[in-house]
Amino acid sequence: MRLGDAPIGAAFLALAVAVLWHIRDFPPAPGQPYGPALFPGLIAAGLALASVLLMVSAWRPGVQTSEGQAAGGEGDVRAEAPRWLPFITTVGALVGYVALVDRLGFIITAFLMLCSQFAAYRVRPALIVPVAAVSTLLVHAAFYKLLRVPLPWGLLSGWTW
Amino acid sequence: MEALAAAFQMVFSVQTLVVMVLASLFGLFVGAVPGLTATMATALLVPITFFLPPIPAIAAMVTATAMAIFAGDIPGCLVRIPGTPASAAYVDETYRMTVKGHAETALGVSLVFSVIGGLFGTLVLILAAPALAAAALQFSSFEYFWLVLLGLTCAVFVSGDAPLKGMITLFLGLLLGCVGLENPAAHPRFTFDLPDLLSGVSLIPAMIGLFAMIGLFAVSEVLRFSLDANPLAPVSRQVGSVFRGMGAMMRRYPVQTLRGSSLGTVIGALPGAGADMAAWMSYAISRRFSREPEKFGTGHPEGLVEAGAANNSALAGAWIPALVFGIPGDSITAIVIGVLYMKNLNPGPTIFINNPSSIYAVFLLFIIANLLMLPLGWLCIKVAARLLRTPRNLLMPVILLFCVVGAFAINNSPFDLWILVAAGLLGWFLETHGFPIAPAILGMLLGTMLEEHFIRSMIKADGNLIAFVERPIAAGLALLVLVVWGVSAWLGWRRRRAIT
Repeated sequence: MRLGDAPIGAAFLALAVAVLWHIRDFPPAPGQPYGPALFPGLIAAGLALASVLLMVSAWRPGVQTSEGQAAGGEGDVRAEAPRWLPFITTVGALVGYVALVDRLGFIITAFLMLCSQFAAYRVRPALIVPVAAVSTLLVHAAFYKLLRVPLPWGLLSGWTW
Repeated sequence: MEALAAAFQMVFSVQTLVVMVLASLFGLFVGAVPGLTATMATALLVPITFFLPPIPAIAAMVTATAMAIFAGDIPGCLVRIPGTPASAAYVDETYRMTVKGHAETALGVSLVFSVIGGLFGTLVLILAAPALAAAALQFSSFEYFWLVLLGLTCAVFVSGDAPLKGMITLFLGLLLGCVGLENPAAHPRFTFDLPDLLSGVSLIPAMIGLFAMIGLFAVSEVLRFSLDANPLAPVSRQVGSVFRGMGAMMRRYPVQTLRGSSLGTVIGALPGAGADMAAWMSYAISRRFSREPEKFGTGHPEGLVEAGAANNSALAGAWIPALVFGIPGDSITAIVIGVLYMKNLNPGPTIFINNPSSIYAVFLLFIIANLLMLPLGWLCIKVAARLLRTPRNLLMPVILLFCVVGAFAINNSPFDLWILVAAGLLGWFLETHGFPIAPAILGMLLGTMLEEHFIRSMIKADGNLIAFVERPIAAGLALLVLVVWGVSAWLGWRRRRAIT
């Protein structure tokens, strides 16, 4: 599913307007006329202008192709439906990791993430659990022990090493 | 002299040399595995450099990227899949050479001319950077304002065919750079009452998200595709002596070597465009000026000589603006600058005076990294067949785990993980809709600098915009900005007319 340039332009225009609206309340810098609102204001104005131009170019047929070609054309292979599955599993694994890592701890979460990813990439079933376990423990050893990154222990708090 | 001696001491320490060899192997591996890029190698190195002293940290990044850009040529040559985007320009050429039975010549040209290009770029870096820095010492906020604006302008117009979309991502990046307390009145801008955002959007997690995640998403698509078909055709081709005939190549194509290296260095130094752009342009130019253009695409080494030298020289070229002005020349140096700040090696003209030994050390590292490429690159070619059989479906999930742990390790902040996720999704959305990513990164990185110099100039000039162009160098830079805008607008208009 790819969106056209017109709705994307409209969304960015809305963002620019929201920024312009929001910065009205910024206080001035003490003792000088150029406060914290000036720079984001100019940027938002620029974004608004560029968004409008993008929408206009999307409506004018000749121009659209020039920007459209740069994007890989309308028949872009990335738009095909089956490609969504690996994308969703990757994002799902990522979001799942971030949401769970504090509660379950690094070792359990990373192990589960790797298992699910290996399964999604059709790794041979016999390999999934051992490779996931070894990789998790290696990453843990490298970052927690060697680099002293405080990866959370979560459920395993009683059995730290 | 004393500084040079100190630099030698720093570079030729056991730790630095061990780091360089390990980083080389890492870079060669990343480069040779299709889908992993040199930028991703740098992003993955960041959490590790965090725990190294400054010079070994820089050594790791310089060596890994140089190796990765060369190694990207290997799978292109053997199985027709470029290892990094920088090798995509001539992948058909090298593959044809392999089919004709000249794999060793193709790989030899890749290796030898990568080294020559890399050394040429390093030479320009050594000569140009200190001179530029001396000039930059006279710069006031006006010159810096125009310089940053010029960098951002180049990023929009040089990096892609869609300048309007580049402009939008640039503005998005600049807005993201506005988040936090760092502004004229120290007012918490766009923080949504989240204390984690007071210091701004963490740059490194955002960059890992934008670059590495896009790579992963892209690879996961390719992976699915290649799993359905035929994973990777086994490489059983024998590679003979790689260095045979290279002297003849050098004698036969001196102009091409020089032209490719020079263009590569310049493209690298321009913000927003890096090794891949350098390779594409050099290959096109080589064909345009060749005496036998009809041979291009049939397994002819000429374009490979020029483009192979260009993409490696671009790496060193990108360091020129990065070291002198803190303006990255490509996406790799964008990450490197973040690391330099973390290491208290803030880039800028004063570093050449206050810390010359570190600068000399960087120069030395570039020379060593490129020389190291000869033996290690040769070794890599020898084991290439094995490397290419690395099961990517096992590799990708582990790299994802590295991204996540790396983003966390910078500040030990769980919030940074959400920045990683958000940046990954944003980057993926922008990429699939034809919006270039580099301007967004540059905007985030340079936004604070642009605002600071803009506000300072406005205060100095008391709102009088004429003052922005009163000093000669400032006026010259302003003119350059206008020229880039004008030329791009004219090119766009011409293309539009050609279509209708």
